[in-house]
Amino acid sequence: MDLTLKVWRQKNREEKGGLETYKVTGISEHASFLEMLDIMNEQLIKEGTEPVAFDYDCREGICGTCSLYINGEAHGPDRKVTTCQLHMRMFKDGETIYIEPWRSAAMPVIKDLIVDRSSFDRIQQSGGFVSVNTSGNTQDANALPIPKMNADLAFDAAACIGCGACVATCKNSSAMLFVAAKVSQFAYLPQGQVEAKQRVLNMVEQMDKEGFGNCTNTGACEVECPKSISIKYIAKMNREFLSASCSSES
Amino acid sequence: MSNGLSNSSVGRKVLMALSGFFLLFFLMQHFVINLFSVISADLFNEISHFMGTNGLIQFVLQPILIFGFLFHLAMGMYLERKNSAARPIKYAMDKPSENSNWMSRNMLITGIMVMLFLGLHFYDFWLPEIKTKFIEGDWSGLNNGEFRYWEELHHKFQDIIRVSIYCVAFIFLGLHLSHGFQSAFQSAGFNHNKYTPIIKKLATLYAIIIPFGFIFIALFHYFTQN
Ligand code: HEM
Ligand code: SF4
Ligand code: FES
Repeated sequence: MDLTLKVWRQKNREEKGGLETYKVTGISEHASFLEMLDIMNEQLIKEGTEPVAFDYDCREGICGTCSLYINGEAHGPDRKVTTCQLHMRMFKDGETIYIEPWRSAAMPVIKDLIVDRSSFDRIQQSGGFVSVNTSGNTQDANALPIPKMNADLAFDAAACIGCGACVATCKNSSAMLFVAAKVSQFAYLPQGQVEAKQRVLNMVEQMDKEGFGNCTNTGACEVECPKSISIKYIAKMNREFLSASCSSES
Repeated sequence: MSNGLSNSSVGRKVLMALSGFFLLFFLMQHFVINLFSVISADLFNEISHFMGTNGLIQFVLQPILIFGFLFHLAMGMYLERKNSAARPIKYAMDKPSENSNWMSRNMLITGIMVMLFLGLHFYDFWLPEIKTKFIEGDWSGLNNGEFRYWEELHHKFQDIIRVSIYCVAFIFLGLHLSHGFQSAFQSAGFNHNKYTPIIKKLATLYAIIIPFGFIFIALFHYFTQN
């Protein structure tokens, strides 16, 4: 396949970036999108141009590091996949492909296609944990009965890999799907009850501080989420938040 | 604490939903009353006179309604401003229709169209009422010895331009409500495997029946002028 790529280039945080056009030829339709970018970079190096910086780690859809807004959609045109799992067969020979970084005030571009997602880390640090001692006195898993339904709900929420596609996709750059997943994975389990109230209040507060937008319930996030996190978790977070802010003692 | 109802993103959405619910309820009763203007002029006059002169409605519920509208408008604008600030650099290539519908993305536009219409609507009905009742001090509801309400309404709809503006505005209202009705439930934390699909169907019904019902009423008066 021969492709025309319109790639966002930006030197650093401060400088204004812009789209550059590169042509790549002879790409196999079995290649992954990141492999295609590797080939493009090799070509750029040969030409003496600085290669394009882009993020990745596992390349098997589990770490959430690869990002990219491809042809107007987070992680490209395929569904329920990250960019490392996106294959070139989703594109047509001769196609022009736009490749842009996530766009959000709370996730500024560091270089080229790489954005700073530490806002997600700070949200996690504000409450996305349980303070139970897990060393030494581990109890038998079956000693703590958990309804099957709650276990499943918590497990589905915990599938979130923190990729940020929800933010990138949302017209408001809202992080509510991410935060809802992180709140819910504990809210459905007994281990999460101790800090439940403070958790949701702190995490929402941190989310607002970071400058993410407000949810308008367009549902775009759940469509583009590689892990199919449902917006029913946003309703769950809203319930948790309401009950916590109506009754919190702090 | 900065995470209360009015100063957090989630709290503001809940308030937006509550004001939305309130407006939905108001619109429903407004529709039912207007429907009487098609069924019986006398009945419509009776109800209008009651609504227009009842102390509780005039001096308690009406101010609440005005506050509800202004609150909804102000909060909607505020949220949209924050939302657009959350993405200072837009995408060069964006395909939002791949994952969401137009109504959900354009609540501000459809809402502002409704607001513009409300300007005309106030000019048509509310200001004259205020003038008659509060400036002229006439609370009788009478004109030449007969109730004036139905006559006034009927008279307003002889103008094709006005009727057209009303019809177009109600289409925007329908678009606003087709997303707003079900969205308000989600914002308020209501999401249920069994009931949410039913709510979405009800939302569609509401967003079709009420706006088109109003259009029907406007057209009815237009075509029955003598
Ligand atoms: C005065 C003109 C209006 C404006 C400017 C306006 C604006 C808005 C905006 C911007 C939103 C989306 C807010 C968000 O999701 O962040 C919204 C939601 C909503 N609006 Fe309106 N609106 C208006 C009139 C109305 C009317 C007349 C009704 C009902 C009779 C209504 C019912 C709703 C509902 C139910 C929602 C959903 C609330 C939610 O998503 O939680 N609106 N409106
Ligand atoms: S909710 Fe989905 S889209 Fe958002 S960060 Fe988690 S995995 Fe990514
Ligand atoms: S590189 Fe880990 S999910 Fe794509």
